[in-house]
Parts: sequence; C-alpha cells; structure tokens
Amino acid sequence: MDNVYSLLAFVLLAGMILGSALLVVTLRNLVHSVLWLIVMFIGVAGTFLLLNADFVAAVQVLVYAGAVCIMLVFGVMLVQRPNMEHSNPINWRFKLAAPLVGGLFIVIGLLTAKSQLVVSGQEVPAQTVQALAPILLNDFVIPFEVAAILLTVALTGALLLVKEVKANGNGS
Amino acid sequence: MSDWVGVALFLVVGLVFGAGGLLTSFLIHPRSKNKYKLETYECGLPTEGPSWIRFKTQYFTYALMFVIFDVEVIYLYPWAVSFENLGFAGLVKMFIFIFILVLGLWYAWKEGALEWK
Repeated sequence: MDNVYSLLAFVLLAGMILGSALLVVTLRNLVHSVLWLIVMFIGVAGTFLLLNADFVAAVQVLVYAGAVCIMLVFGVMLVQRPNMEHSNPINWRFKLAAPLVGGLFIVIGLLTAKSQLVVSGQEVPAQTVQALAPILLNDFVIPFEVAAILLTVALTGALLLVKEVKANGNGS
Repeated sequence: MSDWVGVALFLVVGLVFGAGGLLTSFLIHPRSKNKYKLETYECGLPTEGPSWIRFKTQYFTYALMFVIFDVEVIYLYPWAVSFENLGFAGLVKMFIFIFILVLGLWYAWKEGALEWK
C-alpha cells in the first residue's frame, strides 16, 4: 500500500467483500445470496486492480461475476424448492465451526508471518494485458489452441449431458 | 494505479447522482396509500400464482454455451488490445482458435440446442 488512498480503497473493498460474503451465507433466499456473491466478486476484482493486475480483474468480472453467477442463478431457478424464502437454510453450529475456522485462520496467519516473501526487483508493469498477448500468441501458441479444443470438448460434453435437448429440439 | 482514481471518482459521482435523485424524490413526493399501489401491475390484470416459478430447463443449455463463449472472450481480450503488434500471424492464430470453438457451436446447432420449443 503506497499511499493513503490505496489504503482507503483497500479498506473499503475489504469491507465490501467481507460484508457481502457474510450476506451470502446468512440470507435465507438463495437467489439473493447469488446476487450478493456478484457484489463479492466485483470487490475481489477491485482488489486485483489495486495490485495492478488489470487483466485478472477483467477476467474476474467477466467470468466470475458474469458467467459463474449466471450459472448459479440458472441452477437455482431450475431446481426450485417450493418455498424460495427458505432455500438457503442456516445452521448455527458455532461450537464446531468457530474453533476449526479460527484455528485455520491462525495457522495461515502464522505461516504468512513466518514465510520469506520474495519481492521481485522489477518494476510493476503498468499494462499487463499488452504484455500478455505476445506470450499467449507467440510463445505458448500450441497451449493456446489446445485451450480452444478444451473449451469445445467442455461444450460438447455439457451438451451430451443435457441430451434431452435433442428430443425437445425435434418437436417431440 | 492513478488511472483508477477516475474510476473511483466515477463510482462516487454515480452513487451520489443515483442516491440524490431517490432521496429528493423521497423527500418531496406526494404520498397516497392504497392497496392497488402494492399490486404487480397497477392497472393490469390481477396476478395469479407465486412469482417464484421453476424455469424451463432449456435456459440452462444457453447458460452453458454462454459460459464457454465468455471464457473465449478472455482469450480475445489481450489479442484485441495488442492486435496491431501481433500482425497477420496473430490474426491467423486467433482465427484457428475461433474456428475450433465454432466447431463446438456447430455441434450444438446440429444437436438442436439452439432451437426453442
């Protein structure tokens, strides 16, 4: 954090992330939880921007806030419970959850404090997207095309799983 | 980093603009309370049944295809940003990429996933 504005932005974003994440797990209606999850993802994108990672931030908004949440909304709406008001039940197993999560938090905190953080001597690149394109299209062009094959396989596989589509499509 | 100060400023001005309009309206608008105000369509037909209904499963196929092409956009984005530096080879590589994905779309089309019944 180089100046007071970054610190302020970080505190606001952290509050936004934590608050919306809390609402995701406590709200009773699953659709509302998903909407708050979108706010949480946008907050995470904001922290990526603070770290000068604008490509990751764009991906975060595009894929997580866009696609993943759309999938969740569709999933929720397709497997509807009779009463949406109680579709996201809370259980208050504090006694089990609090020591587990607290212990995990302490372990992660201790390890983070102990670890030797390697700081790159290089300047932080101002534009990450422009630097990424030659790497993607020149150095790693085969994995890049394989990614397209992977996406196509994912698409065909997903369509095979919803095979009823064909029966619907032919007007049965 | 300093580029994003503009974004933050835009966000703040946008919030103030939206909230200001709502607040002014809340302060000065006339109030009349009756039960018709609470209806979904104030002058339309009375609604029937619950509004939380189960959606048609076919929406999900569209969602799946949307996710695939959304991930494709991630790859298009850096390519589009530095399009001029990559030259003709970059164009060809991206066209191969898109062609492979169009094969998937063609399969979806053939399977009737794009037809709405």
